[in-house]
Amino acid sequence: MATSPRELTQNPLKKIWMPCKNGFPEKHTSQRKVCMTNCPTLIVTVGLPARGKTYISKKLTRYLNWIGVSTKEFNVGQYRRECVKIYKSFEFFRPDNEEGLKIRKQCAASALNDVRTYLSEGGQVAVFDATNTTRERRDTIMKFADLNGYKVFFVELVCDDPEVIASNIVQVKLGSPDYTDCNTDEAVEDFMKRIKCYENSYETLDEIKDRDLSYIKIMEVGSRYLVNRVLDHIQSRIVYYLMNIHIAPRSIYLCRHGESELNVKGKIGGDSGLSARGKLFAKCLGKFIQEQNIKDLKVWTSQMKRTIQTAEALGVPYEQWKALNEIDAGVCEEMMYEEIQDHYPLEFALRDQDKYRYRYPKGESYEDLVQRLEPVIMELERQENVLVICHQAVMRCLLAYFLDKTAEELPYLKCPLHTVLKLTPVAYGEICCETQLESIHC
Amino acid sequence: MCSKTAGGPHLTNSPTVIVMVGLPARGKTYIAKKLTRYLNWTGVPTKVFNVGEYRREAVNYNSYDFFRPDNQDAMKIRKQCALAALRDVKSYLSEEGGQLAVFDATNTTRERRDMILNFGKENGFKVFFVESVCEDPSVVETNIMEVKVSCPDYKDCNRTDAMDDFLKRIECYRASYQPLEPDHYDKDLSFIKVIDVGRRFLVNRIQDYIQSKIVYYLMNMHVQPRTIYLCRHGESEHNLRGKLGGDSGLSPRGKKFARALSGYLEEQNQKNLKVWTSQLKRTIQTAEALDMPYEQWKALNEIDAGVCEELNYEEVKEMYPEEFALRDQDKYHYRYPTGESYQDLVQRLEPVIMELERQENVVVVCHQAVMRCLLAYFLDKSADEMPYLKCPLHTVLKLTPVAYGCKVESIYLNVEAVNTHRDRP
Repeated sequence: MATSPRELTQNPLKKIWMPCKNGFPEKHTSQRKVCMTNCPTLIVTVGLPARGKTYISKKLTRYLNWIGVSTKEFNVGQYRRECVKIYKSFEFFRPDNEEGLKIRKQCAASALNDVRTYLSEGGQVAVFDATNTTRERRDTIMKFADLNGYKVFFVELVCDDPEVIASNIVQVKLGSPDYTDCNTDEAVEDFMKRIKCYENSYETLDEIKDRDLSYIKIMEVGSRYLVNRVLDHIQSRIVYYLMNIHIAPRSIYLCRHGESELNVKGKIGGDSGLSARGKLFAKCLGKFIQEQNIKDLKVWTSQMKRTIQTAEALGVPYEQWKALNEIDAGVCEEMMYEEIQDHYPLEFALRDQDKYRYRYPKGESYEDLVQRLEPVIMELERQENVLVICHQAVMRCLLAYFLDKTAEELPYLKCPLHTVLKLTPVAYGEICCETQLESIHC
Repeated sequence: MCSKTAGGPHLTNSPTVIVMVGLPARGKTYIAKKLTRYLNWTGVPTKVFNVGEYRREAVNYNSYDFFRPDNQDAMKIRKQCALAALRDVKSYLSEEGGQLAVFDATNTTRERRDMILNFGKENGFKVFFVESVCEDPSVVETNIMEVKVSCPDYKDCNRTDAMDDFLKRIECYRASYQPLEPDHYDKDLSFIKVIDVGRRFLVNRIQDYIQSKIVYYLMNMHVQPRTIYLCRHGESEHNLRGKLGGDSGLSPRGKKFARALSGYLEEQNQKNLKVWTSQLKRTIQTAEALDMPYEQWKALNEIDAGVCEELNYEEVKEMYPEEFALRDQDKYHYRYPTGESYQDLVQRLEPVIMELERQENVVVVCHQAVMRCLLAYFLDKSADEMPYLKCPLHTVLKLTPVAYGCKVESIYLNVEAVNTHRDRP
């Protein structure tokens, strides 16, 4: 006969029910986390230089952190730059350069050491970013992973298009610390020779020899993928993400709805329409968009009146997403902050304690919002030029994804009304450019 | 200008023909049916067109001789069947509001696939190929035993003869089989090659959102035998008072059910059983009685009744008579003011379904509307039927995959509870 069930208590911050004893919560991993495996995952990039490994590593890391999986990248090139202070030339990478090989091996080992530290101190995923082009190197990594109980997932980038490679070199390598004292032509020439040093010993992930490994091979800049032995949830999410991102140039515009009637009254939430100023903003937004002359611009709104009214003023087709609705403030909907402080002083205090995880009673938290917005981010990755007309908390979540902001920073990101943020991908990240539409244009 | 009131992203403008490719007994129909069920559940009108069915209507099956490559008469009939199926595909996608058509046949030659590509081009349809490749004889034999020996072609045969004939049938296709070649002939086509029952995938040129979703789904599903148990929380205090929603605890009978559930699951003795609950107290209290680790999913929370939360049906009828009427008109699409609809629920539950596909033995302790949505997915019920599926308290539904579908057993754990079901008016 089972013992009598434990009493439940509700965590006041996150509003999660947990078992308790004598009024105190018992330790119990009950809330669903994305990374379901108990064991950490080591993602290992594979590929010749200038194939996009670091680009993928950084982007993947940013995505995983945003969805709540603690991830960190370890770029062996950086370790090498710290060890060998001054980069002279491609000669360092020659396969017969014994001294160079020794240093490079030490750097890889040093990076793996840091990986071990990270994964044993709460990190869930480590991205080991290096060429890892020989089976020997990969075997070393797998032994390391085996020893420490990590799952290994390889991400190989294969590209034979000389134009793409040249473009990568120009975009990111020329700006690297290795080439600060070179002119463009010298740098490109040296880098090409550097790539050559790896080519002879490159052993691509093989259908037969590597059939028991878990990996994705990305070919032709993402037009083709080979996926082998995906083992678990997190690997499946990684594969899905990698298959949806692209590198075509484009811009994402983020803004809030125009000022609403409830904004004017200082009340949160609700579903009110635009104020007179809000309507003016919508008109200005329309003009701004037209002047920007954006090719094939898609416009997305939430299903709340104020974003839809804003979009209506643009005179272009738009799509409504329920997932873009503002954070649900539960019992605090349509209240002013002062009223909340009055009626729910405890809640008010808790929110300031941990604004990211705080869930309104019968409402949502920023953490919930991120989960709700994940399909929006996935689709934004697939799309090209998009204008997203949304709400303050929602915009903060989306912005945090693009600008790689932590959970702690996210709820305090500045997203004022009547301001459009233009995000353009550049090198390994995003550029954010701000335009205030209050007085300009109208 | 008007907008699309999508709950989700805007799908492709052009309809898509999904074309299955592969030797017989490679799981094409299994994949076709499962994919169709999933897409329909998410709201994308999809239909399977199985050429074998057209063939069965045209001729009576005698033996594998029909499929011999030198059988000219049969070749003619088979081609006609394919064309008839394509005509119906065209009708479904162009005139009947279909968004996706799954063309389920072997389609093993370039010639046949080129014909389909032309058909697609002529009609403005996108084409996406799903090829299943498997050379493991034990897998092939299992497939034959599971679905072929009992199919109408072999109704007058014993199992051994049926197996024998079917293996010869496969050989008829083998010589002319031209697998999709990503490096040469087929490099510009959009397709996914599923190798060895999902151990490996080759994905080429995904064109759009729906193809990306299809690939993701195919990569998450598996064919291992397993059991899914669906049930609601034990009877709650609110249930007793006829109140909607809220976050109340279990009534004494509800607690009794939780204990009974524990006993039942112990008897079931499933390997590595996972337990999932919502984040509402009543499901968690139920799971606590199981004395097993469990995971809380916010996505499994009951439908949000918005302004009607914690009211009973009489109060709703009194305070919101229009809403009450609207709900009965179209219960699937109806959204409670500041709340949710069944349609919203489906969108919210999609990641749960995706993870259920990845998992093996799972117990999902949830709520009435949520359970109806999940059940509709497993039993291929339409949006119209979904809000009226019977999911009574204190009853466990045991789902086991079988052949192309799902077997469902209903187990009432003999603890009385109120009836919360409202029939279609």
